[in-house]
Amino acid sequence: MKGTYLGEFQELVLLTILVLAENAYGVTIQDELGSRTGRNISRGALHTALTRLDEKGFITSEYGGATAERGGRRKRFYKVTNQGTKALEESKTLRDQLWSEVPKVALGKS
Amino acid sequence: MHQGKYHTPPILAQRFLRWFCKPALVEDIAGDLEEDFNDFVTDYGLGRARYKYWLAVIRFLKPFAIKKIHITTTQTIMFKNYFKTSIRSIARNRLFSAINIIGLAISMSVCLLMISFISELFSYDKFHENPDRIHRVISYEQFLQNEPQGVAATSILTGKRLQAEVPGIEASVILNRRFAGDASFQNKTVSLKGLWASKSFFEVLSGFTLLQGNAETALLSPNSVVLTEEAATRIFGTANAMGQTIEIRSIPFTVTGIAKQPPFNSHISFEALGSMVTYENMLKQRSKSGNWLKWTNVGNDYVYLLLDEGTEPGSIQASLDKMSEEENLKIDRFKIYPELQALTSIMPGPALSNNIGKSMDSSILSTLFILTTIVILCAAFNYTNLSVARAFKRSKEIGVRKVVGANKGQIFWQFILEAIIISLTALCIAILLFYLIRPEFLNIDPMVQQATKMIATPALFAYFLVFSVFVGLMAGFFPAVHLSKLKSTNALKNAPGSGLLSRMNMRKVLVVIQFSLSLIFIISATISFKQYKYAVAFDLGYNTENILSVRLQGVDPTKVATAFEAIPAVNQVARSFDLNGLGNGDRTRVTLENSADSAYLYYNFVDENFIPLMEHKLLAGANFESRPGSREESIIINERTLRKFNIESPSAAIDQYIQLIRGPRLRIIGVVEDFVYTDISRNIHHFGFRYSNSRHNYINLKLNPSDLVRTMERVESAWNAVADGKEFQAEFYDQKLQSTYSQYATIYTIVGFLAFITISIAVLGLLGMAIYTAETRLKEISVRKILGASEASLVKLLARGFIWMLAIAALIAVPLSYYLFDSVVLSESVNRISIGITELFSGVLFIFLIGFVTIASQTWKTAKSNPAQTLRSE
Repeated sequence: MKGTYLGEFQELVLLTILVLAENAYGVTIQDELGSRTGRNISRGALHTALTRLDEKGFITSEYGGATAERGGRRKRFYKVTNQGTKALEESKTLRDQLWSEVPKVALGKS
Repeated sequence: MHQGKYHTPPILAQRFLRWFCKPALVEDIAGDLEEDFNDFVTDYGLGRARYKYWLAVIRFLKPFAIKKIHITTTQTIMFKNYFKTSIRSIARNRLFSAINIIGLAISMSVCLLMISFISELFSYDKFHENPDRIHRVISYEQFLQNEPQGVAATSILTGKRLQAEVPGIEASVILNRRFAGDASFQNKTVSLKGLWASKSFFEVLSGFTLLQGNAETALLSPNSVVLTEEAATRIFGTANAMGQTIEIRSIPFTVTGIAKQPPFNSHISFEALGSMVTYENMLKQRSKSGNWLKWTNVGNDYVYLLLDEGTEPGSIQASLDKMSEEENLKIDRFKIYPELQALTSIMPGPALSNNIGKSMDSSILSTLFILTTIVILCAAFNYTNLSVARAFKRSKEIGVRKVVGANKGQIFWQFILEAIIISLTALCIAILLFYLIRPEFLNIDPMVQQATKMIATPALFAYFLVFSVFVGLMAGFFPAVHLSKLKSTNALKNAPGSGLLSRMNMRKVLVVIQFSLSLIFIISATISFKQYKYAVAFDLGYNTENILSVRLQGVDPTKVATAFEAIPAVNQVARSFDLNGLGNGDRTRVTLENSADSAYLYYNFVDENFIPLMEHKLLAGANFESRPGSREESIIINERTLRKFNIESPSAAIDQYIQLIRGPRLRIIGVVEDFVYTDISRNIHHFGFRYSNSRHNYINLKLNPSDLVRTMERVESAWNAVADGKEFQAEFYDQKLQSTYSQYATIYTIVGFLAFITISIAVLGLLGMAIYTAETRLKEISVRKILGASEASLVKLLARGFIWMLAIAALIAVPLSYYLFDSVVLSESVNRISIGITELFSGVLFIFLIGFVTIASQTWKTAKSNPAQTLRSE
């Protein structure tokens, strides 16, 4: 199942795309992720993740209109596919399941 | 989002991104980066933003974004495929591949030799710190109106004047090559070879370094010597040599430095350096007249200059020209023109005499280079020819490739790759051959052996590799172009297009060129061999054996003659102004009394012993008689002069008078048989022996041939006893002559070897073509046979084309090589072999014979084949 494995960073990217809804493209994703995690995310790392997600079929993309601020280039808007949502849900279920089974003692909340 | 002016990111960075990034991602990434960029500009300013942009672009150099990955995969796949098909095709056609590989390997081995030779020569003297700024002063000596002779040396005077008068010279060093002899230290005697060197030696020639001692002062004071490490161990063993005193030729020297061994690729080499001051003091003591500081004293002294940075060599040359103008006025008959020579053009350089160490003519180098190029071209032709010929068989493969979608470029590279694989395989064999022929090559000429070691270094192997790839490109180019142009429809139809047929002519032309070259080589080898044997055995008209000529150099002839006569092994002693066979001579205009005719007469002043000693044959009259006084009365002329003045017989000439223009009137007392006065490549001149007691430059000794070594020693010590410190300069006549003609021997060895190689290559090519023709026409032959053709007529049919090509090659090569030798190589020579039918056609016959055997063996096999067998399939 290596092909559909969702890495931590990739998961974050997917979720960010969902949060941003209609306005998810390179710059916004980076800004959003950056401000939420407080991490300095490099363009290269983000695009690597986007490319992998695209390869796995978790996201699709389409071009928007050209803008002057991008030197006349079009924005590429990303959308999470059904498969992507499914993968996110699976990941969440897995975590929830694990969370529920963690003994309370281990969390120090006696 | 941002205020103010809109900024464009660095254009170069954008271009770089577009270049490496996958096209699908470029727009997206470039857009994002540009948005970032403008934010950065507002946040950090333009400079930082540009920097960050660059950084971001570079960070995208990751596998996922790089374009190459995608393309490289197809390229590797295609490359693998080409490689596989090439190997298969080579393996399938074992015979043709073998012919190609062997031919290439043979010729490549010669080229490898050449590459290692040339690369080694060009590495010479590059180890000095500023090789471009180091120059040496050489001299051109002109005697009367003769051709100026290049000498690697110059006079000490030139060096001193340059040091004193000429600006722009950072440092200069004067060297003398006569610092050699036995060095003794505590009963131990070792022979050393070295140079006298003035104090700035290590400054000018900075590649030579001292291991111990001070480079600035080591050669400063009298009686100092610098030894190389190796020489020091020979003398002192493990003990410290510094500060010790050794005796060299009975002069005490203090060791002031230990130098690193001079590298092999240095044209100067030494085991010891004596301080020049010591030598100068010696000279001052020996000759009070200051002879050693004369302008004409050119022979053993060398001057090397380190020019100031920015000094043009031209300005130094101008000062030298001025100096020579001044000095040449003071001397008589001789003229000396010093010239500046860059260190880097000494090895290889122009042909000069009196070299300080190793030397190599650049003309020899270029000749060898041209010859090897011809050889490798021949082998490349073979490949081209056979590949084009076999294009037929590959046409289906190409057709299929093209239909599937291969473009011209891909087909082209496929065939180039195949050629490169062949040439790399050939390289492996060539390297083996290279090791086999290397010792032979080093033995061809002592000059070669001195100059090169030909040790294979990694760099050399890199050159070999590059060379072999280049050969592959060259050989494969034509077939690759031709095959990649095939139209897929034609290729698949298997009908040879008209284009293919027109290539046949091209192939024929290549075969003809190959054979023409082989023929030229073999004819040249034959002719130069004959000329060498002729020259060595040529009757010069006088005796040359066991005659030693000693240069007088101004020492009193009578004193020297008396000293030599006292040696029992010296049979005869004769004095002369000049030597026979040296190529130069004095001449004057003369007339015969009572005749209007005048002629230039070459002359030599001799004493009464010269004619008997040299065994000149007197045809009439008598030899000179010993006579005191300086008044000249008589002359002995040669036959050529008789004919010039229309005197019928030698005896009729006796007692006639010859008038020298602006000179005395001389009675003819004898006539000698014609002999070679200059050298055998020139005409016999009008010549006369004149008698003189004083005007002698040489003493000629006829030695008893038994125990020549001891005799030579005695002669030398006799010389030293009377010569006032002058160097003993003597040479044997016959040795001198042999070295004059040894060039022919070297030519025929090299050309002969190349002839062998080109012939082998051409025959291999011919064999390939014959096999190919026989194979493709097998069915045709079978049908002809069934219809009743005889085997002989079939052989004739198959061989006809080849024989035509050979005939045309002969037609080109024979006149060409005749012209080459008749009008270029031997044209200046008067006494030379006549180039006749035998010389020209023995080679042709030989090659025809080999060619016929090659063709016949193949065609005969085809003609004999059983038609039932060959026609059965299909």
